[in-house]
Amino acid sequence: MSEETSQACQVADKWRKKRGSLIMALHEIQGIKGYVEFKDAMDLSERMNIPLARIYEVLTFYNFFKLVAPGKAVISVCTGTACYLKGNDKVLDKFKSELKIKEGESTADGLFHLQCVRCVGCCGLAPVCVVNGKTYGRMTPEQVPAILDEWREAFKEN
Amino acid sequence: MVKVTINGIEVEAKDGSSILDAARLAAVHIPTLCKHPDVDPSAGCGLCIVKVGGRIMRSCCTPVSDGMQIVTEDEELQQIRKTVLKLILSNHPNDCLNCSRSGSCELQDMTAQMGIDQNEIIKMLSQEPKDDTTKAIVLDPSKCIVCGRCVNICQNVQNVWALSYLNRGFVTKVTGANDTKLGDSPCIKCGQCAAHCPVGAITDYDNTDKVFELLANKDYITVVQIAPAVRVALGEEFGFDFGSNLTGKIYAALRRLGFSKVFDTNFGADLTIIEEASEFVKRFTQNDHLPMFTSCCPAWVDYLEKYYPENIPNLSSCKSPHEMVGAMAKTYWAEKAGVDSSKVKVVSVMPCTAKKWEISRDETMSSSGYQDVDEVITTRELAKMIKRAGIDFKNLKEEEADNPLGEYSGAATIFGVTGGVMTAALRTAYFYITGEELGAFNFEAIEGLEAVKVAEIDIKGTKVRIAVVNGVGNVEPVMEQINQAILNGLELPYHFVEVMACPGGCIAGGGQPRVMGQRFEKPWGINDEIRKLRSCGLNCEDACAQNRLSHKNESIQKLYENYLGKPGDEKAHHLLHTKYTKRALYK
Repeated sequence: MSEETSQACQVADKWRKKRGSLIMALHEIQGIKGYVEFKDAMDLSERMNIPLARIYEVLTFYNFFKLVAPGKAVISVCTGTACYLKGNDKVLDKFKSELKIKEGESTADGLFHLQCVRCVGCCGLAPVCVVNGKTYGRMTPEQVPAILDEWREAFKEN
Repeated sequence: MVKVTINGIEVEAKDGSSILDAARLAAVHIPTLCKHPDVDPSAGCGLCIVKVGGRIMRSCCTPVSDGMQIVTEDEELQQIRKTVLKLILSNHPNDCLNCSRSGSCELQDMTAQMGIDQNEIIKMLSQEPKDDTTKAIVLDPSKCIVCGRCVNICQNVQNVWALSYLNRGFVTKVTGANDTKLGDSPCIKCGQCAAHCPVGAITDYDNTDKVFELLANKDYITVVQIAPAVRVALGEEFGFDFGSNLTGKIYAALRRLGFSKVFDTNFGADLTIIEEASEFVKRFTQNDHLPMFTSCCPAWVDYLEKYYPENIPNLSSCKSPHEMVGAMAKTYWAEKAGVDSSKVKVVSVMPCTAKKWEISRDETMSSSGYQDVDEVITTRELAKMIKRAGIDFKNLKEEEADNPLGEYSGAATIFGVTGGVMTAALRTAYFYITGEELGAFNFEAIEGLEAVKVAEIDIKGTKVRIAVVNGVGNVEPVMEQINQAILNGLELPYHFVEVMACPGGCIAGGGQPRVMGQRFEKPWGINDEIRKLRSCGLNCEDACAQNRLSHKNESIQKLYENYLGKPGDEKAHHLLHTKYTKRALYK
């Protein structure tokens, strides 16, 4: 039985005895695979004896949780106060129009995921974007195509 | 007890009770759309605000404390409430003319009461489609005000967990997990969500048009039956007091609607008792898959098949009473009347939404060679049909049911109340075991609205332990107790268990009227007081019945003599029994 060894089952078995640990288990699954899919939620539901309805109430309440596989490069556009005032809304618009997706969505080729975050802790560099941990400071909309190309190249090499 | 002052009136309220409840003692009504007597407060709608020492609080979730000075009405509170209500209305369609809840809608009632004749807030309406996948209840997200009553009932009262919140903030919606359609979810179709919805967001899957079509088709012989609980609730739709037993008027109304024969599910209840009591006596004496669970509640059957499939062998194999009447109408009666079974159409009037699902749950529901029951309408739908057909229900003369599928005992009529099936079964089981009749007909320990009632019955030295559960959310500890005993080979806590999915039993089923009345000016649908009044209506009929024993129903005796043979025999088994299947929580 492959379910026996599924990652979600292992996570569930780790957390099942601790009360109120659903969010921790969901965090862990997302940490491992980047998102929580229906099957993971079902595995958790069975193993932790938590109704599936409750799991999805939690998953859809917090926008941290992703229900579908995000793109390989996760673009986080900071819309915290400093970055927003410095014009990151225009940078965000540029990402949207270049990638033809809305925030919270991934491109059809599975390469990019676009999301907004509130402050990444380096307001001195505002406006800031972060792609898979790499920080881009003092952003302008004009820089967007180059950043996208950089990551397309990076994935090509792999 | 604590003393509080509400609008200058001093009242004594129970420690821990909410301001909302305490206000009622001072004859003050605080508006709310989310708090209902059957659920814990959720502080959802924000309409029940009051001032406590000048501070604005939600009265549903603020407990009283000694010396509290409470103001429930002033200009500021009214203005805030109006704004809150306008915000709710801004994403609720103005569809009252086409809404089945019009006239018994809490939102409509409150809007009129607060004098909101215009709304300057721009409309933002949900475009979500209706979910009618259960074919029993319909969820219309565009009318949902997200008060949370249905979610609370489904999760915390019924422990079914079909309904839940998805997303948050403005885009919050009530639906199955991961937006699963209810038909693919753990939903057991009990309809308690519909019974508690303040608006028209959860309603019956309406079959009234289909029934009018059957009646209009002269090729068919369309017969009808009414469930026990219908007779003590339908009157509420026509201004009668809660619990009024209007069996005779309902028969008359059904004839006027054009049904060829008016039968009674109570006949089927007596028939169920003959089969079920025989089955119990056999299983009890042979120690075969005990405890035995009753099977007349389709929502409970669905729940067990989903949540306790290991206990499927414990369910009685008996069909529910209206299914038995359906099978008898299309075989025994059709033969007797010399009509072609294929032309006989059976309509059941039920207090229940799950019955709509039950009629096609598997092939045993077509034991006559045709689907045994063709359509199910709820008590609410029958009221609609009577009104639409221009029948002056209040002034109808009482009529009798048609025989032979119309005769019934007092034991049959109490099927509609929690504890009734057990009481009826024990009366007959006692006779089967001892050959004598019971001295007293009632078992006090299993009467009333308590969630789990247990008793030990002495049948001439044989001790039978019974449990009666009402509200399927109360069944978990009983099942654990039973399954622990089975697992460890210990003595069983019970031999016979009755379960009704709806709190109070069928009298408070998901298909019962939700109307205002003289006693309750607000359309709150159902509460324990109404449950008691409707129960009383059925219990009184039993107490006054000439025959209170299913096995003494002469039409039933003739049915066995002339047609079925002995209880549990091949013919009876084919027509009156069913089987069960493990069902997945999610499809």
